[in-house]
Amino acid sequence: MQVTSPVRTPLVQGGKTYADITEDICRHVEAKPTKEWKMAFGLSLLVLAYGTYCLAWTWWEGLGVWGLNKTVGWAWDITNFVWWVGIGHAGTLISAILLLFRQKWRTSINRAAEAMTIFAVICAASFILMHMGRPWLAYWALPLPNAFGSLWVNFNSPLVWDVFAISTYFSVSLVFWYIGLIPDLATIRDRATNKVSRFFYGAFSLGWSGSAKTWARYEYISLILAGLSTPLVLSVHTIVSMDFATSVIPGWHTTIFPPYFVAGAIFSGFAMVQNLMLITRVVYKLEDYITIEHIETMNKIITLTGSIVGIAYITEFFIAWYGGVEYESYAFLNRMGGPYWWAYWAMMTCNVISPQLFWSRKLRRSVTWTFFISVIVNIGMWFERFVIIVTSLHRDYLPSSWTMFSPTMYDIGDYIFSFGLFFTLFLLFSKYLPVVNMAEVKAVLRSSSERLPEKVGGVAKPRATVVED
Amino acid sequence: MENNTKRYWKGLEELRNDASFIKSSEKEFNAPAEGDVSYEHLSDGTGSHRRDFLKVLGFGMAAVSLASCEAPVRKAVSYVNKPVDEYPTIANWYASTFAEGGDYASILVKTREGRPIKIESNKLSGASKGVSARAHASLLNLYDIEKLKGPQKGDAAADWETIDKEISEKLSSIAAAGGDIRIVSSTILGPSTKAVIAEFIAKYPTTTHVVYDTNSTAALVEANSRSFGKAVLPTYAFDKAKVVVSIDADFLGTWVAPETFSGQFAETRKVSSAEGGKREMSRHYQFESILSLTGSNADYRTAVKPSQSGLVVTALYNKLAAKLGGTAVSTPALDVPNLDKAANDLIAAKGAALVVSGINDPAVQVVVNAINSLLGSYGVTINLDSPSNLRQGNDVAFNQFVNDVKGGKVKAVLFYKANPVYDHPRGAELAAALPKVDLSVSFGDRADETGSLVKYIAPAPHYLESWDDAEPQAGYFSLGQPTINLIYNTRQAQTSLLKWAGSAVSDYHDYIKQYWRSNIYPKSGQTDFAQFWIKCLHDGVLELGGAPATAGATFAGDVAAAGQAVAKRYKASQSGIELAIYEKIGVGNGALANNPWLQELPEPVSKACWDNYAGVSQKTATDLGLQQGDVVKIEANGKEIELPVLVQPGQANDTVSVAIGYGREKAGKAANGVGKNVYPFIPVVDGFISFNGGVVTVAKTGGFRQIAQTQTHNTVMARKSILQETILGEYQKDVKAGRFFPKIHTSEGPVDPTDISLWNGHEYKNHSWGMVVDLNLCFGCGSCVVSCNAENNIPVVGRQEVINSREMHWMRIDRYYSSDAEVGNYSAMEIASENPEVTFQPMMCQHCNNAPCETVCPVLATTHSSEGLNQMAYNRCVGTRYCANNCPYKVRRFNWFKYFDNENFDYHFNNELGKMVINPDVTVRSRGVIEKCSMCVHRIQEGKLRAKKERRRVTDEDVNVACASSCPTDAIVFGDMNNPESKISKLLAVEEKARAYHVLSEINVRPQVSYLTKIRNKERQAAPKA
Repeated sequence: MQVTSPVRTPLVQGGKTYADITEDICRHVEAKPTKEWKMAFGLSLLVLAYGTYCLAWTWWEGLGVWGLNKTVGWAWDITNFVWWVGIGHAGTLISAILLLFRQKWRTSINRAAEAMTIFAVICAASFILMHMGRPWLAYWALPLPNAFGSLWVNFNSPLVWDVFAISTYFSVSLVFWYIGLIPDLATIRDRATNKVSRFFYGAFSLGWSGSAKTWARYEYISLILAGLSTPLVLSVHTIVSMDFATSVIPGWHTTIFPPYFVAGAIFSGFAMVQNLMLITRVVYKLEDYITIEHIETMNKIITLTGSIVGIAYITEFFIAWYGGVEYESYAFLNRMGGPYWWAYWAMMTCNVISPQLFWSRKLRRSVTWTFFISVIVNIGMWFERFVIIVTSLHRDYLPSSWTMFSPTMYDIGDYIFSFGLFFTLFLLFSKYLPVVNMAEVKAVLRSSSERLPEKVGGVAKPRATVVED
Repeated sequence: MENNTKRYWKGLEELRNDASFIKSSEKEFNAPAEGDVSYEHLSDGTGSHRRDFLKVLGFGMAAVSLASCEAPVRKAVSYVNKPVDEYPTIANWYASTFAEGGDYASILVKTREGRPIKIESNKLSGASKGVSARAHASLLNLYDIEKLKGPQKGDAAADWETIDKEISEKLSSIAAAGGDIRIVSSTILGPSTKAVIAEFIAKYPTTTHVVYDTNSTAALVEANSRSFGKAVLPTYAFDKAKVVVSIDADFLGTWVAPETFSGQFAETRKVSSAEGGKREMSRHYQFESILSLTGSNADYRTAVKPSQSGLVVTALYNKLAAKLGGTAVSTPALDVPNLDKAANDLIAAKGAALVVSGINDPAVQVVVNAINSLLGSYGVTINLDSPSNLRQGNDVAFNQFVNDVKGGKVKAVLFYKANPVYDHPRGAELAAALPKVDLSVSFGDRADETGSLVKYIAPAPHYLESWDDAEPQAGYFSLGQPTINLIYNTRQAQTSLLKWAGSAVSDYHDYIKQYWRSNIYPKSGQTDFAQFWIKCLHDGVLELGGAPATAGATFAGDVAAAGQAVAKRYKASQSGIELAIYEKIGVGNGALANNPWLQELPEPVSKACWDNYAGVSQKTATDLGLQQGDVVKIEANGKEIELPVLVQPGQANDTVSVAIGYGREKAGKAANGVGKNVYPFIPVVDGFISFNGGVVTVAKTGGFRQIAQTQTHNTVMARKSILQETILGEYQKDVKAGRFFPKIHTSEGPVDPTDISLWNGHEYKNHSWGMVVDLNLCFGCGSCVVSCNAENNIPVVGRQEVINSREMHWMRIDRYYSSDAEVGNYSAMEIASENPEVTFQPMMCQHCNNAPCETVCPVLATTHSSEGLNQMAYNRCVGTRYCANNCPYKVRRFNWFKYFDNENFDYHFNNELGKMVINPDVTVRSRGVIEKCSMCVHRIQEGKLRAKKERRRVTDEDVNVACASSCPTDAIVFGDMNNPESKISKLLAVEEKARAYHVLSEINVRPQVSYLTKIRNKERQAAPKA
């Protein structure tokens, strides 16, 4: 373990002891659901119910209830899919890449971020099923041995790559998340006062004993999974971007897409983490664990990835002009000034301009601004996918086929479904599982000998003479 | 632990191990002892066991749950006795005749298992060429479930005996009392039918036969009578004309015999890039108010208002008379573009020129005759001696008929293939007066607008259930035979008339045969009638040939008087908005309007379907403050209709155009309430119906109605790799004129896109099916579209789904207008010119060799065949639509809904009768799958099997695709590109390095479909057009 300078601001504030941490986190799991939680959960279920109705109707009647047409074959469905997958990037990035980089501040947020990842990927997967004309045959996209003769999947198709990428990502993320949960589940098990809790938390903690050997194995497996997940963080959205990049459609057929999409995914994922954590932090009174420092660090990453995305947008334009391809240059001019200009400018404003506000230290340390801009970023990233998908398709090669797309209530309702699903899952998680990784947070807690003179409360002011590690 | 060797027994029986124990030891439960209560009598004597019970229980549960799932019952009834000549899966073809009003086509009907499923043109026919969209679609009217199931008296069903008796009695009493009887019909081409009518008249001498046409050429007949003393509709030879000038005659679309004229005209537009090939084209001028299909194909087109059109004729006459020596007529000066040029070209082409006009005004037609006479067209491009029978309507006589009915003079009236209450301008007057007529009978297939007002309906079957004959042109006969048994209790009108006339022969089949034996057979010079009859029936046509064209006809008309009449009626400038009435290619005059295929066929120029609308030019729209879709009220002479506005480039300013054929009220569910009826607006001038609706007021109502269009973007945005075109002068210098050769820059310099590829390509060892589309010959008529619909079971989706851009057509015709904007000014390039050049581009699956769709399908539902086809396996498709997105040509169609057995799509896939039109060789696609042009792969398969059975190689004769076979101009050529003898190979050998190009060649998808450049016979390249 690296030596941390005593002058650095501690990651956990409020002079918490190990017992405090256990108490602070477990309290929410063990207590009866609060009124606020019940209301929020009820609302989520209501949203989910409405979404389920819309989804059921979509499947009963056919995709014609959406606003798609002969020219625009994907719109909200794949926009939502890419959006959710993008959001699902932050969790693994935080838990895997930041683990490898020994970024200790991640410990307070990785649990919730990973949970968010898993739920976001579930939402994304629901759109894979939803967008299919015959979703009951979705398993045909898997290379299963079958009785149809020599029928196999098409390994040339980016959609098949998607199937592999996303299922791998989902399973690795789930395992990683679950492994991290085991010590905490054991803690809850040990504290449990009723049989039901003891049974379930006991079963899921897999007989965790807390011995040194177990801990060592825990560390190893975490590191191995982090190593496995790291390439996945980059590969999943790379592959998603290839759905577009390998096509022939002007505006899709672009080699810049993989890095551009990955940056965008982290961008939106961090924004979503911010949104969720800011709420959890207040509701669960976790200000000492998720500090302004955390928020500020994440805002810096948002600004960085937002700037990468902005450069990507500009590069695309440059290449569209420099490449000299008539169709491509038109596609980009059409984005900017065509019938969907508003979507393009919404995207530019939200994604390129808004994160630049975080150059101001005051704004990036402001909870309100952070929350606000994170929402804006997620709106912007949704528009980015909409712009890429719809404005490229609606005016592609043959002007005879140019059309417009406008959503119906089922496009919207099916999107609402994914929100209902996401928040229902997230609320269940926040109630029944520890939202902060207690074991790992304890590991970054300073021992009493390292504590700052100002023992209780307050942020240590960095001193002028810094002795670095 | 020690081995335990102790044995325990269940009982002494086991210890004793006697035979009876061994026997029963396998049983789980011991059988009850003798004398116990036994249930054995209930079982089969073996006893029931626990396992049996469980088996039965399990089976029962499974059976009950299975039975509760409703499995659709599909009836398949096998032949008990196979009909002669009927082999399941093998089609039978019968020659027949399509004749509805003036529409005529000699056809071949494909039947499968006794059901007619497709109409093709009869290549043996000389009097007609090709099959129109309407004729193709007429097949669907056969399977219209709303037709009357039997005769009707008033609103109640009756039987034939009753109505025969009552009608005969009434006719006799009326005739005996000297009351007038009228048979009202549209043009009748059948000589036998006319003989039947003659026989009827003989029996009831007070009968008069009144013929009218909705799209009348009565004035032309009248003018020929005045000019040459021959009251005939001449036949035209557009193929012999080097210069064609048309004034308001849509001869490629709706005027008289458009398919035949298209075929002839195409002959003059065909060029060849071969050494010494033909590089001459006719030149075509069009002066018209609306942008018609013909105008869209004109080399020079001038928009004139309906009130000016007559003056174009007189002005043209004067210009010609000045040079060719005729007496000028006095006419107001008219200054419209291209008139001088047209006159000069006509003079230069004297002897091989043709001027036609669709204006139904005898004075105008007399001047047209005078022009053609000056140009020496008679005997060359116009033949008065082999007249056409396609329009026999006599407007004046019909007008008189309406007066007679109103005056109470007519006591009995019989309507045969006529619905004047709907489709005559005086329909309302007739409707009011009809109930006063003592006996009124309709032979219509339903209680339509006229039929609902008559006393008896004696429904006649569809023509595919009927015997008939036709003589579309003097000396050209054709036979129509039934291709299916009568579906309902109907009877041919001829049979009814014969019955009522008390004829000796009341079976119309016998009657026709007899008629042919006594009237036509003697002229044939053959000696065996049975042989003659069988041959005629087999061929469908008998062509004795018309009289040879005369050296000319002497014009004896009074051109000065005609000129004066024209000068009086037409004005060089007139204020106000004028109504131009026209006919659309699909729905036509409305007689076949209750046909989903026709309703969904986009009008070739406006690309609108399922509606008629008020077409206005952009300038007029701006002047009146109108946007597309704004509902306007058109008012004239106390009549008014409300229609949405369609902005139509090329239309004359200050005119509003409205199509007839819409606004049916009692036609059936496909047509009722679609559009508005404009017939009442048609003026009757001196007895002649005129499509010049006169000055009307157009007022915005504030309403909005979106028009369903299959194409909403009008210009090609200067994309040269889509449309490649040139002018004749350039082409004569360089066969590659107008071609566009995109290059891709590499480090080694620019290369052809085809030189760079990731793919290895495909090897076609046997066949390589391909298509060539000659843009110069495609006039955009849409016949191929309907033919494809019928062949490939393409669902009709209806107005709302067309608005949602979800029409399912596999074959579409893209229509592009030129734009005046500078290239690069994209928003301006979206706006069409005021009088645009128009290009039609048939577009279907291009069967790319590097198909973008194939690589992206996750489940390999779309794959490449070993013969160059891009195949679609519907059963494998999971519906991701990735292929459709990645298709550069946007030809893939998704089944957004279930289009069959769905009450929201109540067209023809929704009832047992309608489904009889389904081609059993083509799968009906389920919801959620992609479909697209298969290049009629089932026809290819059939052709290959035929060739294989005969142990020879497939030739052009074996296979043709539905679109190519229906094209009246042979603009689409299909065939095996690996066969050097095929037509397509020969064509490509010539054009490959000249006119042939692939659309979007820069993306190197290597289509199997090539296009040939469009060539306009214009003087010089116009300014760069976008």
